[in-house]
Amino acid sequence: MSTRSSRALVDRLIFLGPATALLFLFFVVPVIVDVAIAFSDMGRNLKVTEFTTDNVRRLLGGDSRLTSIMGVTLTYVLCTLAIFNIGYGLLLALMTTALPDRAGGFFRAVWLLPRMSPSVVYALLWTWVVAPTNYGLLNQILQGLGLPLADMKSNAPMVLIILANGFIGASFGMIIFTSAIRSIPQHLFYAARVDGAGGLSIIRHITLPAIRWQLSFVTIYQALALLVSFEYIWLITNGGPFFDTTVYALYVYRRAFENGQYAYGAALALGLVVVGMAVALVLWRFFDMRALLQRPRIEVK
Amino acid sequence: MARIELRATSKTWDDVVAVEPTDLVIGDGEFVAILGPSGCGKSTTLFMLAGLYAPSGGDILFDGAAVNEVEARDRNVGIVFQSYALYPHMTVRDNILFPLRFKDVPREEALKRANAAADLVQVREYMERKPSQLSGGQQQRVALARALVKEPQLLLLDEPLSNLDASLRLTMRSEIRNLQRKLGVTTVLVTHDQIEATTMADRIICMSRGRIEQVGTAEDLYHRPDSLFVASFIGSPPINLLQANAAGGQLAVGDGRLPLDGRADGKVTLGVRPESVVLGEGSLQGRIDDLEPHGRETIYHLTTPLGGVRALEAGAVARHKLGDTLPFRFADSLVFSTDSGRRIDGARAIAA
Repeated sequence: MSTRSSRALVDRLIFLGPATALLFLFFVVPVIVDVAIAFSDMGRNLKVTEFTTDNVRRLLGGDSRLTSIMGVTLTYVLCTLAIFNIGYGLLLALMTTALPDRAGGFFRAVWLLPRMSPSVVYALLWTWVVAPTNYGLLNQILQGLGLPLADMKSNAPMVLIILANGFIGASFGMIIFTSAIRSIPQHLFYAARVDGAGGLSIIRHITLPAIRWQLSFVTIYQALALLVSFEYIWLITNGGPFFDTTVYALYVYRRAFENGQYAYGAALALGLVVVGMAVALVLWRFFDMRALLQRPRIEVK
Repeated sequence: MARIELRATSKTWDDVVAVEPTDLVIGDGEFVAILGPSGCGKSTTLFMLAGLYAPSGGDILFDGAAVNEVEARDRNVGIVFQSYALYPHMTVRDNILFPLRFKDVPREEALKRANAAADLVQVREYMERKPSQLSGGQQQRVALARALVKEPQLLLLDEPLSNLDASLRLTMRSEIRNLQRKLGVTTVLVTHDQIEATTMADRIICMSRGRIEQVGTAEDLYHRPDSLFVASFIGSPPINLLQANAAGGQLAVGDGRLPLDGRADGKVTLGVRPESVVLGEGSLQGRIDDLEPHGRETIYHLTTPLGGVRALEAGAVARHKLGDTLPFRFADSLVFSTDSGRRIDGARAIAA
C-alpha cells in the first residue's frame, strides 16, 4: 500500500514537476518580486531603503500623466482590435474562403508575412515606409500622385502604430475565422441560398452565428495581447512624439527602465495586471463564454 | 406548381462527367424519384434543379421558361437535405420563418404561415426548441416545414430518409407521400433506396454513371427493365443472372440447355427473378446448398447444371431441407444481350 502511494507521488512529481517548477520560477516568483518592489523605494541605484505605499498612491491619483496614457491606450487597443484584429481579420477570412482554394491560400499567406518577419525588421520596414524624407515609400507614392509630403511619425503617430500592429494582428483572426468558416457544413449554405438569402444575409444569418465562439475568443485574447504588448510601438515611435503613442505597457517600461523609477514601474505593472483581469472578466461575461464553452463549437446536425 | 424540363442538361467537373446530356420532363404536380447508386449523378441533377449547381450544357426549364441564369434564391424551390441542414442557432420557429424573411411577407402573415407549415408536419409543440434538442425524425419534419412554408413550385428531397431509423422511415415515407398528394407540389426525390422510390414516386428515373437508364413506373422497372443495370439494381433479393449462348432457338446455359422463345443470337444473359423460380416441379434439377429463412419467405441457394440459382418461396415455414435435390422451373425470364446490356424484347427462356 505504501509503495503504491509513494509510487503515485513519484509519478506526479515526474509529470507535473517540470511544468510546475517553470511556472513557479517565471511567473509566481516575478509576481512576488514585482509586488515587493512596488511597495519599496527602489530607484536607479537598485537599493531598497524602506517599504512604502507611496507608489500605489501615486498610481491612484498622484500621476497627472496617467489619464492621458489611459486615453492613448484605450484608443490604440479599441481601434486596432475593432478595425484590424476583428474587422479586417473577419473580412480576410470571408473573402479568402469565398475565393478558389489556391487564390485564397495565396492571399492568406501574404497577410501572414508580417507575423513571420522578425519584429525589428518589421518595425524597420515601417520606419522606412513613413520616413519623412523624399525617399520614404509613402512619400514617393504621394509625390507620384502629386500630393504634398507626409510625416506620419510626427503628425499621425497613432494612425501609424494602429496600422503597424493591425497588419500583424489581422492574420491571427483571419486564420482562426477561416478554419471556423470552413467547418460550417456546406449544406447550411445551400439551404440558405435556396431559402432566398443573398451573400450578405448568409454572412449575417449563417456564418457569423456559427463562428460566434471564435469571434468572442479572438476578441478577448487579442484585447489582452494588445493591452500588454508594446514592442512595435517602442521600435517605431518609441512612444513619441512626447507621450502621444505611449500606451500603458510602454509607460511602465519607460518609467522603470528609462527614468529608473523601478518601484513606481512595478506598481504600474501591478495596475496593468488588475486592469487586464478586469477587462478579461467583463468580456468573458459579455460574450457568455461559459455557456459557449460548454456546448460544441459548431453543431453539425 | 411547375412543369420541369431538362433539355440536354449536363454537368462536368473539370474533366469528370457527373451528368451526361439528359432529357427529361416532369409533369406538373408529379412525384418522381431519381434512383441510383452513389455517384450516379442523381444529387448533381437535383442540385442543378435547385440552382445550386449551374449546368455545364443544355437548359433547365420551369413551365417552359429557361431558368439556367436564375439564382437558387429566385427559383422558389424548397429543398430537404439528408443532413436536414437546419440552422443550429435558430429556434424551430425561426428556422421555418427563415425563407419568408426574404419575401415581402408581413410579420403577422409570416407567423400564420409558419404555424400552418408546422401543423402540417406536426412540429407545432417544438416551436421554441433549438434543432439540437430535437430527434432526427423531428428535425426532418422541421426541414420539411421550412421547405414548404414558402409554397414552392418545386419540392426537392435529397435522400431525406437515409438518416432515420427503419420504423420512422416507414412512417415518414407515407407521410411525405400523403403531404405531396394533398399539396399537389411537383416533387423530385433523390434516393439510393429502391423501396423508397417504388413506394413514394409516381415515376422512377433510374440513373447510372451520369446517364438515365430507364424512366418508368415501379412495375415497368421491375418487370420490364430496359437494361441489365436496372434489372440487377431493382429487386431484393437480386435477380439471377446466368451467362448463356443463344444459337438455333436454344440457350446453352452452363451445362444445361433451354429452349428459347423469341429471337436472340450470340452471348446473352438470362435474368430470372428469384420468385420466378418455382420449386418442386418442372424439368430442371437442383440441390439446395443454403437456405435463409426470412420469416415471411425463404430464400434457397441452389446448385444446378445452369449455375447457382437463388429461389424465393413464400410461406413462414421452409418446405425444403438443406441438401434436398428437387425439380424446378422458371415461371418467367428475361434475356439481355451481354455486350450491349440491353434487354432483347420478346425473348424468353422456356423452362417448364
